[in-house]
Amino acid sequence: MTREAPEDEAGARAADAAHERRSYMKGFLVSLVLTLITFGVVAFDIADRITVLVTLGLTALLQIAAQFRWFLHIRLRGQARDDLQLILFTALILGLMGGGTIFILANLDARMH
Amino acid sequence: MSRHPGLNLDASHAPAHDQAVTLVFGFWVFMMSDVIVFGLLFATYVAMSDALAGGPGPHDLFELRTVFIETLLLLISSLTIGMASLSMKHERDDARLFIWLGLTFGLGLAFLSYELHDFASMVEKGGVPSRSGWLSAFWALVPLHALHVSAAMLWLVVIAVQVLIFGQDSEVKLGLLRLTVLWHFLDIVWIGIFTIVYLGELG
Amino acid sequence: MTLHQFLDTAFGRLGWDALPFWEIVRHPHDGKAWLNGLIASGAASLVVFGALAVVVMLTRRRWWRSLWSGWLTSVDHKKIGIMYVILALVMLARGLVEATFMRAHQATALNDTGFLTPEHFGEFFTTHGTIMIFFVAMPFLTGLINYVMPLQIGARDVSFPVLNSISLGLTAAGAALVMVSLVLMPFSTGGWSGYPPYTERSFNPGAGPDYWIWAVTLSSLGSTLTGINFSVTVYKERAPGMHFFRMPLFCWTALCTSILMIFAMPPLTVATALLALDRYADFHFFTNDLGGNMMNYANLFWLFGHPEVYILILPAFGVYSEVFTTFSGKTLYGYRALVLATMCIAVLSFGVWMHHFFTMGQSAELNAVFGISTMLIGIPTGVKIFDWMLTMYRGQVRLTVPMIYALGFIMLFVIGGTTGIVLANPSVDYQVHNTLFLVAHFHNMLIPGTLFGMLAGYTMWFPKAFGFRLDEIWGRRAALGWIAGFVLAFFPLYGLGLLGMPRRLHAYVEPAYLPFTVVALVGTLLIVAAFACLCVQLWVSVRDRDHLSVRAGDPWDGRTLEWATSAPPPEYNFPVVPTVESKDPFTHEKLDGKALQSPDDWQDIEMPRNAALGLVLGLVGFLGCFGLVWYMWWLVVLAALAGLGAVIARSFTRNTTKTISADEVRAQYMEWLENVRALPLTVRSQESSRANNGRAMPVMKEQQ
Repeated sequence: MTREAPEDEAGARAADAAHERRSYMKGFLVSLVLTLITFGVVAFDIADRITVLVTLGLTALLQIAAQFRWFLHIRLRGQARDDLQLILFTALILGLMGGGTIFILANLDARMH
Repeated sequence: MSRHPGLNLDASHAPAHDQAVTLVFGFWVFMMSDVIVFGLLFATYVAMSDALAGGPGPHDLFELRTVFIETLLLLISSLTIGMASLSMKHERDDARLFIWLGLTFGLGLAFLSYELHDFASMVEKGGVPSRSGWLSAFWALVPLHALHVSAAMLWLVVIAVQVLIFGQDSEVKLGLLRLTVLWHFLDIVWIGIFTIVYLGELG
Repeated sequence: MTLHQFLDTAFGRLGWDALPFWEIVRHPHDGKAWLNGLIASGAASLVVFGALAVVVMLTRRRWWRSLWSGWLTSVDHKKIGIMYVILALVMLARGLVEATFMRAHQATALNDTGFLTPEHFGEFFTTHGTIMIFFVAMPFLTGLINYVMPLQIGARDVSFPVLNSISLGLTAAGAALVMVSLVLMPFSTGGWSGYPPYTERSFNPGAGPDYWIWAVTLSSLGSTLTGINFSVTVYKERAPGMHFFRMPLFCWTALCTSILMIFAMPPLTVATALLALDRYADFHFFTNDLGGNMMNYANLFWLFGHPEVYILILPAFGVYSEVFTTFSGKTLYGYRALVLATMCIAVLSFGVWMHHFFTMGQSAELNAVFGISTMLIGIPTGVKIFDWMLTMYRGQVRLTVPMIYALGFIMLFVIGGTTGIVLANPSVDYQVHNTLFLVAHFHNMLIPGTLFGMLAGYTMWFPKAFGFRLDEIWGRRAALGWIAGFVLAFFPLYGLGLLGMPRRLHAYVEPAYLPFTVVALVGTLLIVAAFACLCVQLWVSVRDRDHLSVRAGDPWDGRTLEWATSAPPPEYNFPVVPTVESKDPFTHEKLDGKALQSPDDWQDIEMPRNAALGLVLGLVGFLGCFGLVWYMWWLVVLAALAGLGAVIARSFTRNTTKTISADEVRAQYMEWLENVRALPLTVRSQESSRANNGRAMPVMKEQQ
């Protein structure tokens, strides 16, 4: 970002503030819509279980991404690289540990019946 | 360019702006460690979802309505705490900050009250942790989130008291930046909870 | 309230039967009860009288004040590192004594004639494992990283100094809990991995498993915080010019280990917390009934347990890298390969945990996947071994004490690694699962791997920390004793495992086991002798410290930044933050004649003030967990409130830093510099003699 001239600083700050406020509102509205979809799908019982589960998974992932993007200000570009690496690594470990746990225990469970 | 997760201050907030690079990043690393705790509890919950042992199941115990209200309350509180940190960054007015913090605290309190009501009604219907493996998994995961929310609310009060004593000094700013990150993080965990724990079982 | 009710509330379930001699009182005519009671009472008196002796000494020498302000409340990463290492060495002594008792028992246990009762033997192998992993290896490596890593990257301290002292407090609290269990018995008999359902309340209602749960949980929390602290330090506190690929390899391994701590400690916390919920609140995570699933415990525990072994070994790899390059007088061969191998190991370590329970009943396909991923780890590790050997190749190798450890490591570790590849094959694992073959394997990795590495690091960096070298002769005796003792103590266990002897066996009727167990006992005694040599070495070195002095700070012709400052370094590490232009920065400075210069940009230095928070949280953690073990609920509540109060009170502190003036820094530095400049240069052939004054003639200069 280029440095603003001093006389414009107040104006730039106000613009900055408005921009950030809009970002939060966007995040809020997107999350709200996704939440409504999620609960709607279950409450009105409009699809079979597989479709419901897939919808739930997708809306949850989208909402997490939305909150990362607009509430936590994490995006793929213009980010300190440390943070992004960390988040991706965490996702990898979470997938390995969570997925592995479910997979192993399901496998054991299946072989006990 | 943003230098750390969550809202970034600007140069007019030195030295807090520079200290935040290390401090908020460190706190974020802690969140990533915490997310593993939640992730494993989620995995355990999924793995134990059949372990009802003849006890009450999700359809007997969960109420979609209150979970929906809780979700909205937490989502709105995510917005209000964001506004609180924006107010700190741009307005520097204690009264405005207190309004946003107060709103967030109130929403958090309402969220917790609804959750306590949920828990109480589950206990009433025999859904206690000693009843089955599935209930154990529920009672380890969801109350842990509630505990996190309570801790965050206590932190919020401490920060509010510090604003009264010290004004919005660097420590307060750094505290609020991290609290905001924690609050958003808790909302993200809640997305997992209402999706996997409640809706995944009811849907 | 009657007196009885009051005592019940005050002491919970703690009663007379917790005392170590209670068995004698109950069975006064039983010889084994007497023997075991006496052993337990002896250990308990060592704890009690040892603690009393320390208190008396501190009081008589009037050291309380300097202990308080210089150590307990200090947030200096160097002091905290030293305290971690002291903790590790004290606990190592206990772990070794326990090992000796177990070996002595098994050497006499043919036809059930051993001298320990089954319960006592069970406590021995449980505390031995718990202590060696959580309270020896972990504090030792945390201590070394704490001391060395900030110096190597040119930082003034870690990112979060107070958090650092909290980590130490929590770890020490866990260790204290294990020590107290000697006086107020019993400890768990469930092994260091504490598998349910054996450790569930229905089978094991006593205080034992609870001691284990809380000791391990405290240590786990401490290590999580340490991991966060170290990794943020490496990310954010590097000196200008210290790019990632200029960092010494020890810092790389410290970084990877810290990342492993951040992600691998939570599964342990989850496992112990869920087990605690089962035991305290009647949950059903791992119980036999009502939908409990004990296999999830094994899963959670090894999700931690496997990365944990790389947490233990990676810092040792870092130390060996520094040892080989320093004592070969050559730059590290294959630096990038070593860094990449370290990263590969760190990531792969999260994908192999199931090989710890190949026999639990999952499908052969799943076992095969994890068997292959396990074997893959051999590749980056092999890369490292070759890199180290090629570092020595054509170098000017000096056989100092750290180098002896390192050479012992290379030979023995390759053998241990090979047995690991054997074990990674699920069908072979079915044969030797839970036998002494496994015990031999992991001791083969952890003693020559981790422990030799830590001892090599201790020997190498001791002069940096205290300003004098450790005695060379006793050091060699210790190192050779460790190597020979290890071979004698653990190679027989491979044979015993192949003969089918299960681990943790209290008594046996197979005479073929006996000769092996006797040889293993002899080896263990040799290891104890080697540890005694270490103690003598410390004593002799402190006594002769004036002759061994290396105040100039560079006794080994070091290559990295920590050797550029005085020994011991000032609180602020570097008078002026160094600017780094290459790998091995100090070697380049020495060769270019830029070392020992006086900088001209003096500045005030801001350092953190002392803080008692770590001490308070350690104390509160200990008391709270002690209350949990014995059901003293009032103590638990009080401790929790005190801990919360302390953290909140701390957050109201504003004046947390102090300033050291530029003039003071300059005066200190110039005085040191003048002394050092007056010293003659030491050539490497005099390195181990008293002529070594800490001002090294660089090897490459010698060769010119």
